[in-house]
Amino acid sequence: MSATSPVSGPSPSVVGGTVRFRIYRYDPERDRKPRMQDLEVRLHPHDKMLLDALMRIKADVDDSLSFRRSCREGVCGSDAMNINGRNGLACITNLRGLRQPIELRPLPGLPIVRDLIVDMTDFFQQYHSIKPYLINNSAPPERERLQSPQQRDELDGLYECILCACCSTSCPSFWWNPDKFVGPAGLLQAYRFLADSRDEAGAERLDNLMDPYRLFRCHTIMNCVDVCPKGLNPTRAIGKIKEMMVRREI
Amino acid sequence: MALARRRFDAVIVGAGGAGMRCSLQLARAGLSVAVLSKVFPTRSHTVAAQGGIGASLGNMTEDQWLWHMFDTVKGSDYLGDQDAIEFMCREAPSAVYELEHLGMPFDRNPDGTIYQRPFGGHSANFGEKPVPRACAAADRTGHALLHTLYQCNVAARTQFFVEYMAVDLVRDADGDCLGVVALEMETGTPVLLEGKVTVLATGGAGRIFAASTNAYINTGDGLGMVARAGLPLQDMEFWQFHPTGVAGAGVLITEGVRGEGGILLNSRGERFMERYAPTLKDLAPRDFVSRSMDQEIKEGRGCGPEADHVMLKLDHLGAETIMKRLPSIREIAIKFANVDPIREAIPVVPTIHYQMGGIPANFEGQVVAPANANPEAVVGGLYAIGECSCVSVHGANRLGTNSLLDLIVFGRSAGNHICAALQTPSSHKPMPRDAGEATLARLADLDARPQGERTQDVAAELRRVMQAHCGVFRTGTLLAEGVRKIAELAERAARVAIGDKSRIFNTARIEAIELSNLVATAQATIESAQARTESRGAHARDDFPQRDDANWIKHTLWYAGGPEPQYKPVHLKPLSVPTFEPKKRTF
Repeated sequence: MSATSPVSGPSPSVVGGTVRFRIYRYDPERDRKPRMQDLEVRLHPHDKMLLDALMRIKADVDDSLSFRRSCREGVCGSDAMNINGRNGLACITNLRGLRQPIELRPLPGLPIVRDLIVDMTDFFQQYHSIKPYLINNSAPPERERLQSPQQRDELDGLYECILCACCSTSCPSFWWNPDKFVGPAGLLQAYRFLADSRDEAGAERLDNLMDPYRLFRCHTIMNCVDVCPKGLNPTRAIGKIKEMMVRREI
Repeated sequence: MALARRRFDAVIVGAGGAGMRCSLQLARAGLSVAVLSKVFPTRSHTVAAQGGIGASLGNMTEDQWLWHMFDTVKGSDYLGDQDAIEFMCREAPSAVYELEHLGMPFDRNPDGTIYQRPFGGHSANFGEKPVPRACAAADRTGHALLHTLYQCNVAARTQFFVEYMAVDLVRDADGDCLGVVALEMETGTPVLLEGKVTVLATGGAGRIFAASTNAYINTGDGLGMVARAGLPLQDMEFWQFHPTGVAGAGVLITEGVRGEGGILLNSRGERFMERYAPTLKDLAPRDFVSRSMDQEIKEGRGCGPEADHVMLKLDHLGAETIMKRLPSIREIAIKFANVDPIREAIPVVPTIHYQMGGIPANFEGQVVAPANANPEAVVGGLYAIGECSCVSVHGANRLGTNSLLDLIVFGRSAGNHICAALQTPSSHKPMPRDAGEATLARLADLDARPQGERTQDVAAELRRVMQAHCGVFRTGTLLAEGVRKIAELAERAARVAIGDKSRIFNTARIEAIELSNLVATAQATIESAQARTESRGAHARDDFPQRDDANWIKHTLWYAGGPEPQYKPVHLKPLSVPTFEPKKRTF
């Protein structure tokens, strides 16, 4: 294909438009080290999002390109990647706003399995470490436990997390200590259960975070807030946990 | 090549709402349970469910399970099994309370109870007026449900096999199911997972159509496995078109929008549903609304330059209600339709959404198939739950909110049945000597093929054919031509080649395996549709526009490679209440 496509120009989502990419490739069976692959793909009329273009590459250009994807509407959290230097979900990133060549890399800071697929073990281990489930040992009533709308409002901005890892893998503190620092995603969920009027394990949850690393490695850099594709605010939740700890001390 | 083996009491394939509700039951009972999923559990398609889960809690206005049952039977166009429907509707309130106790963040009423909204086809007092029955967590009910179930499974120490692709069932000479052969995607290694019981919870196959609300992963893997194992698929001609997919993009806009008061408009600005369904209007069941929309478009009252869609108006609900109750819908509309619903209407078209048919199962989750003159003989060791199964509670048309309900009610009942069955000590049945060999041979063939067609070329053509020949309105001529084309595509699918032969996380190989499952599902669908010469629920034949109760109150059973579909009776007798006799459906 032509090497002279304009860097910026008409919307790529017009019929027959092509988009240029520079994509991180690494197959541990074949590549001694990672490489960047330059390629172009011709779009179809309805291709609008970055994921559409990736599916087109896999179907028409190179079936060996590996990435995760599922819902294609921003609710499952599969296709998080680093897009022109910024973490995001491919399925809700409009091609129109992207500088070309579009540079795609795996989420930073996690081991790479292949191409754009990272090993998320550390990320999920941190999530599991905060006991991400309601703890209430009282016998449940015959009907629902009651919760006022105001109490329920406390969970808004917390429970919506899709575990895509955009936030934790944009956090320098998580890069340095993925085994010790819970990270923004895990801490957001820690607060989701601390904030739930039905949960009875508040003290235990705070104890579990009382450690030089688990919570206190957050230096409010706020990259997490900046990249969250769902518009959530882990830094605020972390601040609330710190407040709860202080309140407990006095 | 020796196949690595792992042994469990139960092997569950699929980690969506049904699979994880079942695994929770088993793990809590102390059984060893392996849950395989080709994606991390919270990526399963349950996460995309929006509007609510149906249960007659009566938190807003009076409600009764019997009314829910009536609506479901009528919604099914009298093809649903009334015993299973009674079971589901009676169990619904306790199943929803249980989700709440597990921590699910439902929206709340001022008195602290779970918030409920109206939904299509749900009525009070046997069709008198709409009733709020959909228990909702904003417009993210599926997300809230799926994450809650995953969290509880973490607490119960369920063993997950994440990013394992199940390929085939293993059955012995008695026909009993002894486990599955799966591929560990990260290493490309095949493995045999043995279970005293195997539970299929693999979800739907909406990706057989070009315009679909479904996730890319919905490729009918369980259906393909069952068809290859020589077992039947039931009622596959019934596919639900959701009235409101975003035009051009396919992304779902929940019926909850209309539950909150949104309305559909044609190009003249008319609220046309008033003409088709004077009582329930925009909240008539989905098959009814989808056909009405199509009729408007056909008669030239569609919107847009091509007059090919209608508009969903909700700006009159006010910014506060939209931000509170429908926040994700607003995000979707802005991102995928370039409109902000606080100010503008959303362009929508009927879009493939849900598979009513599936693997025949009873209401305890056991897979059943005709044997020894019994149309519903239990297949030993095999269960199917959730969208991949056909119980049949949805019949010819599912009501909104009954899918999430189906997942947890039958996930739980299968779990209970398995716990009871495994209470008496038993050992694993001996594996056949050739277990897994056919699967390995098939995978080796795919790898050895030096050249052939590309997987996605065949898959895309399959979706186009299904869309064109098996859509909202069907005719004998269209279907016959479609059956022939799909048969050709099945042959082409057997010859696809992958360029990438590597082992580690080879998604090209996974897509090729998925293609064989898409083909089986498409064949089952279009051949069953061709055979059913009547219109019922979501199956609408232009050449047979009437429902034919004298000849067609029966379930279709399709076999791969079989000659003609077979049939079995519908269970018209409920468990404890009188039968709801078939009546003409008006709303």
